[in-house]
Amino acid sequence: MKSTMGIILTGGKNDRLKELAELRSSTAVPVGGKYRMIDFVLSNMVNSGITNIGVLTQYSFRSLMDHLGSGKEWDLDRRNDGLFVFPPYLSGEHSGWYQGSADAMYHNITFLKRSFEEYVIVAQGNCVYKMMFDKILDYHVEKNADITIVYRNMGDFPEEELQYMGVMKVDEQEKVVDFKEKHKSPTSAICSMGIYILKRELLISLLEECASHGKYDFVKDVLINKLNVLNIYGYEFEGYWRNISTINAYYRINMEMLNPQIRHQLFEQHGRVYTKVKDEPPAKYNEEAIVKNSIVADGCIVEGEVENSVLFRGVTIKKGSVVKNSIIMQGSIVDEEVKINHLIIDKGVIITKGINLEGTTTFPVIISKNTVV
Amino acid sequence: MQNKEILALLLAGGQGSRLGVLTKNIAKPAVLYGAKYRIIDFSLSNCINSDIDTVGVLTQYQPLELNAHIGIGKPWDMDRINGGITILSPYLKAEIGEWYKGTANAVFQNIHYVDKHSPKYVIILSGDHIYKMNYSKMLDFHKENNADATISVINVPWEEASRYGIMNTHESGQIFEFDEKPQKPKSNLASMGVYIFTWEALREYLIRDDENINSSHDFGKNIIPMMLNEGKSMWAYQFSGYWRDVGTIQAYWESNMDLISRVPEFNLFDPAWKIYTSNHLKCAHYIAPEGSVKKSIIAEGCMIYGKVKNSVIFPGVYIDKDAEVEDSIIMTDSVIGSNSIIKQCITGEGVKIGSNVKLGIGDNIPNEHKPSIYYSGISVVGENAVVPDNTKIGKNVVVDSHVEASDFCATNIESGKSILKGGECE
Repeated sequence: MKSTMGIILTGGKNDRLKELAELRSSTAVPVGGKYRMIDFVLSNMVNSGITNIGVLTQYSFRSLMDHLGSGKEWDLDRRNDGLFVFPPYLSGEHSGWYQGSADAMYHNITFLKRSFEEYVIVAQGNCVYKMMFDKILDYHVEKNADITIVYRNMGDFPEEELQYMGVMKVDEQEKVVDFKEKHKSPTSAICSMGIYILKRELLISLLEECASHGKYDFVKDVLINKLNVLNIYGYEFEGYWRNISTINAYYRINMEMLNPQIRHQLFEQHGRVYTKVKDEPPAKYNEEAIVKNSIVADGCIVEGEVENSVLFRGVTIKKGSVVKNSIIMQGSIVDEEVKINHLIIDKGVIITKGINLEGTTTFPVIISKNTVV
Repeated sequence: MQNKEILALLLAGGQGSRLGVLTKNIAKPAVLYGAKYRIIDFSLSNCINSDIDTVGVLTQYQPLELNAHIGIGKPWDMDRINGGITILSPYLKAEIGEWYKGTANAVFQNIHYVDKHSPKYVIILSGDHIYKMNYSKMLDFHKENNADATISVINVPWEEASRYGIMNTHESGQIFEFDEKPQKPKSNLASMGVYIFTWEALREYLIRDDENINSSHDFGKNIIPMMLNEGKSMWAYQFSGYWRDVGTIQAYWESNMDLISRVPEFNLFDPAWKIYTSNHLKCAHYIAPEGSVKKSIIAEGCMIYGKVKNSVIFPGVYIDKDAEVEDSIIMTDSVIGSNSIIKQCITGEGVKIGSNVKLGIGDNIPNEHKPSIYYSGISVVGENAVVPDNTKIGKNVVVDSHVEASDFCATNIESGKSILKGGECE
């Protein structure tokens, strides 16, 4: 896929993720024991042979920048091409913040212009899935499409989450005939995954046209606006795909990773998922440990009972504690005799001795970063 | 080029023949240890944690795996413009090409590598030991004493002292005598195989040693005694802490098991002294609803459907339903079939154990073929070997690497037997 470059959009502020995305971009939210959301799309691109990748960041990007570094972990610290991170910047007539996805790309149009690849893949950085993008390019060329949008039947999503997605309609030839962004009452579950493939030259001209009309949004002002003018095709993806539009969605993704079929799709098919290395020792279980149906990362020390849970790197569960249906992020400590159920515990939290905390599947309790309970 | 104050030379050429099938295809420093590391990681991590960023690794025996592991030194932050890691393998010269004839000869043949960096001091390490040590403190000691050579020593039990190179010192720590494996040791200060030399002095002795045709070109046997005899300033640096030469199957197994005790004497969880290794790129491990893990360490990418107790499990191991693994070391990407019982075993990388296998159960009869290697009750399965379903294997059995199901001549392999490639059972 030397002919294709990648652009990863990291989106705006997401209040529905509450404390989890208060200080970090939703793309930098930790998931699955050792990953951040953006690892999946980045790994997909790298596994598809894309080596020229731009990440457009806006909201709380410090943690994301810290995670990405020089791109070393994704093999993207290259002499030519590699990983480029574009935070907002101030210039003469430009106020700094990106006002939308098209605006973000337009302000970094030099990156597009000085690249040589024929095609561009534009994708979102806050979704969990494995996909080989070269297949989509083949399809795009075969269909002679101007733009190809990857879509999926989101029948396995709760209805209320569909209102945060773009609902599409395609005809028998897979041509996109209707597209409604974030519709209050969606009429179908056929939704865009926010993955677009198009020629680099076309993207440049669409962005320039959009900006000259004072518009900012790639979906509304480019895709929907050009639906009748350009040949826009859909490509159906049938595998596992989740985004984190809400806390419930976030909780669900982590719990679904306990399912062996889903783990297989995510971690054993279409190449590896790369992430930042932390050099933690292997997880250590002491005599009293009782662990069932859980994911445990390196650097954990388990002496208590853990069930249906995801433990990130360097988590300590002390004696006599019972952890159920919970997600515990990096470096948090659960002291002795603690009972927790349906919790999302952010990084560096300490739950002190004897505490009892309980949420529910639909309302998991969130403990913010670095707090002591 | 910016000169380095100190440069490390890591002797990684040893075979480690007493590790049997574990070192059949790889050098001892490359042997896996502690659920994710290789033995050499400890010396290399000690170097970078001690601010030594220029390391020459001298390889000789089966270096393929070792070279692949070290690469350009990325995991240890040694992919540097100035300094970094250099693999020094034996090479052909204009007139003669030769293997490294001994530890001193190996360094002698690489004098030009050291000269290129022209360091004031050189630290000689071996890639065979498990320990955490701050070499910069030892260097301070060396400088304070204005020494020509400083040898790191550790107190060993008196009854074992005759197995080591023993330093006899004055109270100040100055060495006046060196006994290689003495019958009647006068001290219990054993050499750890860690030496700091002032390069100018060592360089001279290496050249003189090379001219001596009767020398076996060894640091312990030749260089150190020669320097002592000529009244050089030689000091013993006292190290205390965990240090193991995991040179035998039993010592290797015990040292791995040391890691699973409640508060291990050897702590890998120290954020101030991390041990670095190459990244396995595997997802966090998974314990199934029917699985159970007690008193063990488990690496990433494992899937545990069975029971694991008192064991060390490397990345990507799959333990199927109702399997029981106890007191064992299971290396990378191995599969343990359902209903199998594994006790007191070491299985190499990529081993496939079938279903209903019983491994390591029987009387403690030493191996008939190699009783000096396999005698302590531990059975060892070499890398990529396959053990077919329903096989019963006793204690002190060795299954050679790459053995296939068809190489098994019986389903019941008694203690002390060996399964070799080509259908031989001895």
